[in-house]
Amino acid sequence: MGRKLLIHNETVPNIHTLEVYRAHGGYASVEKALKTMQPDQITDEVKKSGLRGRGGAGFPTGMKWSFLAKPEGVPRYLVCNADESEPGTFKDRYLMEKIPHALIEGMITSSYALGAKQSYIYIRGEYFYVARILETAIAEAYAAGLLGKNILGTDYSLDLSVQVGGGAYICGEETALLESLEGKRGNPRIKPPFPAVAGLWGCPTVVNNVETIAAVVPIVNMGGEEYAKIGVGKSTGTKLISASGHINKPGVYEIELGITVEEFIYSEEYCGGIRNGKKLKAVVAGGSSVPILPTELILKTAKGEPRLMTYESLSDGGFLTGTMLGSGGFIAMDEDTSIVKNLFTFSRFYHHESCGQCSPCREGTGWIEKILKKFMDGTANESDVDLLWDVQSKIEGKTICPLGEAAAWPVAAAIRHFKHEFIEIAQKKKFVDVSHYDRLNKLVKA
Amino acid sequence: MSSQVHGAQKFDQAKRNQTVFSEEAMKTAQTIISRYPEGKQKSALLPILHLAQAEFGGWLSPETMDYVASILNIKPVEVFEVASFYTMYNLKPVGKCVLEVCQTSSCWLNGAEDIVKYIEKKLNIKVGETTKDGMFTLKVAECLGSCGTAPMLQCGASYHENLTYEKVDAILETYKTEGKLRSYTDLDYKNTL
Repeated sequence: MGRKLLIHNETVPNIHTLEVYRAHGGYASVEKALKTMQPDQITDEVKKSGLRGRGGAGFPTGMKWSFLAKPEGVPRYLVCNADESEPGTFKDRYLMEKIPHALIEGMITSSYALGAKQSYIYIRGEYFYVARILETAIAEAYAAGLLGKNILGTDYSLDLSVQVGGGAYICGEETALLESLEGKRGNPRIKPPFPAVAGLWGCPTVVNNVETIAAVVPIVNMGGEEYAKIGVGKSTGTKLISASGHINKPGVYEIELGITVEEFIYSEEYCGGIRNGKKLKAVVAGGSSVPILPTELILKTAKGEPRLMTYESLSDGGFLTGTMLGSGGFIAMDEDTSIVKNLFTFSRFYHHESCGQCSPCREGTGWIEKILKKFMDGTANESDVDLLWDVQSKIEGKTICPLGEAAAWPVAAAIRHFKHEFIEIAQKKKFVDVSHYDRLNKLVKA
Repeated sequence: MSSQVHGAQKFDQAKRNQTVFSEEAMKTAQTIISRYPEGKQKSALLPILHLAQAEFGGWLSPETMDYVASILNIKPVEVFEVASFYTMYNLKPVGKCVLEVCQTSSCWLNGAEDIVKYIEKKLNIKVGETTKDGMFTLKVAECLGSCGTAPMLQCGASYHENLTYEKVDAILETYKTEGKLRSYTDLDYKNTL
């Protein structure tokens, strides 16, 4: 069994309540941090831990914290990014729903480290009921003196509240999130300035993902060096993986970074293999934005080494033969899956979610969806594959925020590894989708 | 405010005069506003639009948006530009229960299209339409973060997961019997931990 640091108590009854959470060692990091550590010491521990942003980009958290400007007399803010919207990703929802205090504890300890007196959790609007769960937990924390004035009798005070969004993938981009938190449309800002200098209401702000903030708790408790002993190389600690698609046991798994992809897919501890005795065809390993890989490349690198669940190993070979760990949204597809149809659902998503600010993304995502629709309708020509490639190549690097890349990469990867599927549809002038019927019929019978 | 601001919907001053939060909703709105520093009350716009949508029939009429603007002391167009950006705000009337079936990758892999077709047939409406009795509106949605429990649909605050045709039958039956407006702000969501 791998070590768990975030959801080790997931099966404890009523772990969502403050009483049970505390009885299982909860809020120890707040005690330790506020009573025995200086704020900068916590940032140092986070640096030592090697923790990298768990939302998808994988930027070193300690470094991000150290960029925070600290001008006199100007408030600083910590904002938690709970706008989890990357297709295939549902780990933050699971963590917040099951163990809301794990996030709140992380928010208190992290806010203290950053010198924030007011912090916000920005959660996607669709997770409204999760916001209710968080608000209940926050009220418990206030009543217990863990939030508000003079926390645990120290001179540190913090207010924490939740804001729900309105339904927009783009608000997971940190500057769009800040715009939305200010009550505006979620249009990403031009950077620089970065939020660390001018963020929420123009003040220095750190925006961190839910899982990143929750990971600060074990880091403070065990020390950064101990945390860094888990994992491989620059991929330290544990990671929540959202597993879905055609696997026997979909769900959220906490893994030690460094286990093999093969173990993750086939062992009983995790996904339990591909269901209905089917063979694995392809995997999207880190949320819809990352390149899809065929079985042979997800299990082994181009060099023939076993592929590991780490930032480095998954990206081994670059985009030609590799992918990314991303958000940890792991979608496995069986041999009957149409890669073209799956791509169509992704591209429809990106077109829907483009904020419309930059032309290459606004127009490009529309073009991509339109061309893929031709494949779905059986009216595409072979030359449409080249057109698709051309359109996606004109988005990357030409937009204010990474939604452009996120929309382009899956198209490029699908053509790179599964071009024959596009050609086949174009030649037959017909698309027959056989990939999903088994699952639902099986459930109906069961 | 001009009617152009709200596209097809016309602004009706008489209706606007009647658009007022209940005492309880106003209290909630004030609590939300108090979470932000002084002068930054516009930040409360998204949560208050959710509250207003739940209070005033499940959609945001020009009168509702004008009222929200007055509460936050901002211009009506600032409300409209936000309401029109985010998918969860309805700018035209909808049924009491808006069924949003997720259609992105993992849900598609698990039969979301069949769920949509089944509901279309059962309710005799197409995606985007409302039943004649005003009970149900059917929509498709992009990834709702329920990939491990696909296929799924959202109705108000409730996530209905691991859907089968039988489950859909039961869900529709329950909502129809209850016959009440379902909103994202509902406290009686049907999710189980």
